[in-house]
Amino acid sequence: MAFLHATAHASAPAIDNAAKKRSLTPYLLLLPGMVWLIGFFVLPIATLASTSTMTRPEGAAVGTYVQSLRFQNYFDAFNANKDQFFRSFLYAGIATLLALAISYPLAYMIAFKAGKMRSFLLVLVVAPFFTSFLLRTVAWTQILGDEGPVVSFLKALPFFSNDIRLTSTPFAVVSGLTYNFLPFMTLPLYASLERIDPRTLEAAGDLYANGLTTFRRVTVPLSMPGVVAGTLLTFIPAAGDYVNAYLLGNPNTRMIGNVIDSRFFAIVDYPTAAALSFTLMAAILILVTLYIRKSGTDELV
Amino acid sequence: MKTNTLAPAPMPTLSHRASRWFARNLIRIYAALAFIYLFIPVAYTFAFSFNDAGKSNLVWKGFTLDNWKNPCGAPEVCSALGNSLKIGLISTILATILGTMIAFALSRYRFKGRSAINLLIFLPMATPEVVLGASLLAMFLNFRTNPGMTTIIIAHVMFCISFVVVTVKARIASLDPRLEQAAMDLYANERETFRYITLPLVMPGIAGAALLSFSLSFDDFIITNFNSGTVATFPKFVYVSAARGIPAQANVIGSSMFFIALFIVVAGQIISRRRKAR
Repeated sequence: MAFLHATAHASAPAIDNAAKKRSLTPYLLLLPGMVWLIGFFVLPIATLASTSTMTRPEGAAVGTYVQSLRFQNYFDAFNANKDQFFRSFLYAGIATLLALAISYPLAYMIAFKAGKMRSFLLVLVVAPFFTSFLLRTVAWTQILGDEGPVVSFLKALPFFSNDIRLTSTPFAVVSGLTYNFLPFMTLPLYASLERIDPRTLEAAGDLYANGLTTFRRVTVPLSMPGVVAGTLLTFIPAAGDYVNAYLLGNPNTRMIGNVIDSRFFAIVDYPTAAALSFTLMAAILILVTLYIRKSGTDELV
Repeated sequence: MKTNTLAPAPMPTLSHRASRWFARNLIRIYAALAFIYLFIPVAYTFAFSFNDAGKSNLVWKGFTLDNWKNPCGAPEVCSALGNSLKIGLISTILATILGTMIAFALSRYRFKGRSAINLLIFLPMATPEVVLGASLLAMFLNFRTNPGMTTIIIAHVMFCISFVVVTVKARIASLDPRLEQAAMDLYANERETFRYITLPLVMPGIAGAALLSFSLSFDDFIITNFNSGTVATFPKFVYVSAARGIPAQANVIGSSMFFIALFIVVAGQIISRRRKAR
């Protein structure tokens, strides 16, 4: 996902033809990193897969599980947590759409209307994220909290009842998700908008397209790679997040991440946690593949 | 707009002009609102770093500079920060070296299994953090490894590598091949060309990748929480103490990180602009 880089991937420089002869060098360069990724990404995922079909023998201590290839675990885990699964995808989906609605005009403004301010504004987009993610979420809990400024203001208005609450609501969780992943949406959008040659927009104007038509028929299609990258980079972390649901939500807004976390630590039920993690990963990978196919962009990887 | 001198029909023109101005600047107004939205929690965190609130920084109690004078007044905050800095530094160095090596291999050599390697780079970025965290913990438990500092660093290097590869690869791809050709024409051998031409040109990409790694590592909560055992990092500290209110010193540290990072980024931009101007 070359989301930070507007540079088109040029074809390999001609100079390398000499260097590209078969040698051991590339393998030596790849070796340490690949060992790390295989040892600490592939192997753990395999362990997770194997854990997911384990069961706890009768009378064994808490946290002791043996392999018994019980695939039923998946159905049990899914059925017990259907709501949380559904909620995760719903919240992440809404947050992604909201982030797109906020980011597209913002990225458009920076790409086409900002002039010399461009790089300064880009820094401003990323800057809030230099403050810790947790601290910003905690700040939202206090801003939206019962004694916070927003609730006090709403209470002063005639059309809200006095027991209005914003925290511990789905609204707060979705706002938190939208806020926290915003730069992941804005940066790829900016990268693909910035790459658009302004002459194509002029050409559309010359061909009697009005502003709206130009936007709809030229700008939007050309920015599709950014839209796809941005929505994925927002949706994937949002669907697996549990910090927002924990800090800004209530027990009825628990997402699948909260369940996996508590299965691991509070309940010490590793197989269920593993089965849920695997289901989440599979669901996301399938969605991502379908989405990339459908939108016809291969530039992401 | 001096519409007030046009006595006969000022109101329509004024509102007309106002609405035209509004329509023309709609997108700028929208962007300004978006920026305000982005900065609300940052401003809030900064403001509450001056709160004279003692341990629970939930409501405004009065202005004080004490928290800034004594950022380690809440000792757990400082030890958590120390852990986070140490983890961030070690993970960044390891991930940047490993990732840069992979990026060079991918962009400068032809070899078998390239698409498998690309997939292996892509997958950790497309996997939700809960799954990464849970799977690592499952493996550590399987090997009877106690989670702690080492396991956190292992995890952080793992998820940073992919981002380093992507960043450095993009920088290598944007190089002008003629510069390297020129070096070769001037009888530099492959090693000298790499040492004196390629590496310095790729350096900004590597620096950017290192900064990205550090901020990813420093800010990570979910994967860390799974693999940290009893070690507290800064985000973990905030999460655990959020319910009873975090000490104002945490706001001091959060705000300082904001200003330090902003300074580094702006300084970097100015330096690269000067270089280009030369």
